[in-house]
Amino acid sequence: MHKIGVFVCWCGSNIAATVDVKAVAEAASKEPCVVYATDYQYMCSESGQNLIIDAIKEHNLTGVVICSCSPRMHETTFRKAAQKAGLNPYMVEIANIREQCSWIHKDMAEATAKAIVLARAAIAKVQLNKPLIAGESEVTKRCLVIGGGIAGIQTALDVAEAGFPVDIVEKKPTIGGKMAQLDKTFPTLDCAACILTPRMVEAGAHENITLHTYSEVEEVSGFVGNFTVKIRKKARKVKMDLCTGCGLCTEKCPMKKQPNEFNMGLDKRGAIYIPFAQAVPKVPVIDVEACLKFKTGKCGICSKVCTAGAIDYEQQDEIIEQKYGAIVLATGFDQIKPTKFGELGYSQYPDVVTSLEYERLMNAAGPTKGHLLRPSDGKPPKEIVFVQCVGSRGQSCRDKSYCSKVCCMYTAKHAILTKDHYPDTNIHVFYIDERTPGKNFDEFYRRAVEQYGVDYIKGQVGKVYEENGKLMVQGSDLLANEQITLAADMVVLAAAIEPDKTARSLGTMLTASMDTNDFFTEAHAKLRPVESPTAGVFLSGMCQGPKDIPETVSQAGAAAVKVIGLLTKDKLLGNPCVAHSDEMLCNGCSQCARVCPYGAITYVDKEFRVPGPKRVETRRVAVVNEAVCQGCGACTVTCPSTAMDLKGFSNRQIMSEVDAICK
Amino acid sequence: MQGIIEKVTELLDNGTVDRVLAWKAGEFSYDRTPAVFDKESGLYGLVYDSFCVNNLSKYLIEESKKDGKVLVLMKPCDSYGLNMLIKEHRVDREKIYVLGVPCKCKVSVDKIKATGLTGILDIVEEGNDIKVTTVYGDTTLDRKDVLCDKCMVCKDKVVVVYDEKIESDETAGIEKLDRMAEVEALEAMTPDERFNFWRSQLSKCIRCNACRNVCPICSCTKCVFDNDNTGISSKANVDSFEENMFHIVRAYHVAGRCTDCGECSRVCPQNIPLHLLNRKFIKEMNELYGTYQAGTDAEAKDPLTAFTKEDAEPSVIYNR
Repeated sequence: MHKIGVFVCWCGSNIAATVDVKAVAEAASKEPCVVYATDYQYMCSESGQNLIIDAIKEHNLTGVVICSCSPRMHETTFRKAAQKAGLNPYMVEIANIREQCSWIHKDMAEATAKAIVLARAAIAKVQLNKPLIAGESEVTKRCLVIGGGIAGIQTALDVAEAGFPVDIVEKKPTIGGKMAQLDKTFPTLDCAACILTPRMVEAGAHENITLHTYSEVEEVSGFVGNFTVKIRKKARKVKMDLCTGCGLCTEKCPMKKQPNEFNMGLDKRGAIYIPFAQAVPKVPVIDVEACLKFKTGKCGICSKVCTAGAIDYEQQDEIIEQKYGAIVLATGFDQIKPTKFGELGYSQYPDVVTSLEYERLMNAAGPTKGHLLRPSDGKPPKEIVFVQCVGSRGQSCRDKSYCSKVCCMYTAKHAILTKDHYPDTNIHVFYIDERTPGKNFDEFYRRAVEQYGVDYIKGQVGKVYEENGKLMVQGSDLLANEQITLAADMVVLAAAIEPDKTARSLGTMLTASMDTNDFFTEAHAKLRPVESPTAGVFLSGMCQGPKDIPETVSQAGAAAVKVIGLLTKDKLLGNPCVAHSDEMLCNGCSQCARVCPYGAITYVDKEFRVPGPKRVETRRVAVVNEAVCQGCGACTVTCPSTAMDLKGFSNRQIMSEVDAICK
Repeated sequence: MQGIIEKVTELLDNGTVDRVLAWKAGEFSYDRTPAVFDKESGLYGLVYDSFCVNNLSKYLIEESKKDGKVLVLMKPCDSYGLNMLIKEHRVDREKIYVLGVPCKCKVSVDKIKATGLTGILDIVEEGNDIKVTTVYGDTTLDRKDVLCDKCMVCKDKVVVVYDEKIESDETAGIEKLDRMAEVEALEAMTPDERFNFWRSQLSKCIRCNACRNVCPICSCTKCVFDNDNTGISSKANVDSFEENMFHIVRAYHVAGRCTDCGECSRVCPQNIPLHLLNRKFIKEMNELYGTYQAGTDAEAKDPLTAFTKEDAEPSVIYNR
């Protein structure tokens, strides 16, 4: 017979303002096996915990029910308190009467009735709880960073500096990411390449960092501290150990007709190419879709000119397998191609460009060698219209609902840089709101307006069309309350940013949850912003949400600290709420093994005594490896005969909760 | 038939197999019962004709536990069930010799009776004629008019797992009906109409468990409905909700595994169209995960227990 204590928390006014806590304690005290029930202002405080500890000792409690906030908040706190009092920590159940009750109800009578029902369910469950003991698992002291942009590089450097080996997997032939494509950075206007490339070199040369460029994560299995990852190293067709990076092959390649991705397709590259001069590793890659050798079998010029003999047309993709303790997602972002915004003419007019394309046009290493020349005729534009929030902050299906955050600032930057180089250029910016919170951000924007005389127009653009060789931009000026049409030589669209397309499949592989926009969600929006809800998976940079470079770098550092904190541990305490199989009920059908994401289930042939002349029969039954099982419960719902059950969340416990609620 | 007897005799005589799982004639000449024959008993009474409708695959669970090898006569639609039993390790394939037998659709005695004939003494099949002798006189029916419902929507006539098979060119000569037509009719109903349809159908259930016991997929060592610990076991109906839940739970348990052999509906003494529950699941899964028929291949990954990155998310798709 259990002796159960029920502790109802007020959570200040969070619960007590909507739930009659005394009535809940009173009702709970009448439930079977409850020998003690009380309420307290802050159950999680030290005195609140002492109240629990004293009651356990005084009343010899065998089970404890805390009616409080979500178990995600304080379950560990209360389990530890129970443990201090000598009770098995898994004899504690939480009834969530805050998030699932007081916060969502307004009517006190209704909320109180619901809180009583939730308490009753927890009381019914705890009666079926069994003491559980957690096992331990080793931690592989190696970190995987997926994505080699500034976020991934910074996390990798910080983890590597702490002494742990780090692998960076980057799908492009070089690390550097989007920052490498930027010209100058706001608000200080230092050159992106000048501040990024030393970090790239450092990452490439660091003794604790291994770069897997032109590689992709193929498969992930395991769990926190023990991930096993298969990485596909795509065939570069160039031997990395022999190549000196001289670039002769890229110069001699006759197939210089490929759109250069690094310059946003504004110029051409060869079939064998190095994305940009400061690439790390500085080893070219052959684009087999474009290469004459692969298309026709003829050519082979690159191989002939390579003095190091590094060209290897036979090279194949290679799959490597590595174990990691922690995984950092730093998959970054892309800028949308605003093709869905037909009225803005992006697909129609070459002089309507995105801001990232403009960035390349401004860059000294870009297609125009830093001279601002418009794509259509190579002439310098005199009238430029910038359009902000293209695809951001919208309601329609072609829009992102969120603010892309960086566009206000980089548009001000574009305006200032353009005016700096070409003072005779007129610049107009259409905006919805100017959002410049950040250190020295508003000052920077005001410089654009006041010092450089950039014409900011509050309003949106409805249409861009061509007339007499000019791009006519028709928009509304909300402050003047009039429709205006500007004749421009060039239009720059601050197109929305979105998470990289590969993020979703990685999220699926890692069971890292995503929001509706495909940004990775954090474990807690405020208190755990760099951790994914999946243990051992951390978030760095734009893959979690729009942010600028300093924010990205700070978050990357924060993710590194979390990784280091994990990798410093030798062992992790496991979760004892794992699956187990009742071999008397098991059919050996293998369905549980098929759905198990952790490969925790194996099968053995076992002899059982049976009635009848044969006395024994051999049956195939499931066995759970408790060290590998993560307690997700997929097997328990798949098993048709209820042979699979989850400790701490058994079918009977859940049914008894349901029964208590329906009573 | 003669070819089958010769083959079975040969395999029994040369020691390839020790026993034979087939059908024998029952009390009436048109009754067919699954039966096991061996050398000692001889093949006396073994029969394979248009009345041999029972799915034999499930009997192999117990038969393959015994010593020696058992030969089984396997109709095309039953072989899907056998593949599922192999896939789920419920039978020992090594101890089974599968002799595939042709099928030109089976004749339903219930349908013959439903034509209004009573006092039936004997039913004989001659070509496409079904000759019925009753106490009131003789009648001849067209075979096509009295075929089993499940045969009218037959998946195909291919034995999907076998060691050896006996071929035949004979066909029933019927136009196959659309297998999903009945499901579509249910889908066209309003939720209330559909709810009432199922309530009225399922309330006929007497919990005889025939559907479960005949199902080649429902082969649990201990069924949840027989297990006191699950909290859902009972034979008698406490309320009318209970038999609804029985069938819904059963449909969920066989989802993604049901071979649509139609035995559940055929054996139901209350004529509940149970196959429609399972078939709805099949249709749903085909739409979401691509066409899949459980039992076609014992190695195939089935949509509900295999995960791919391309998997559709039902909630997302149906919202669109």
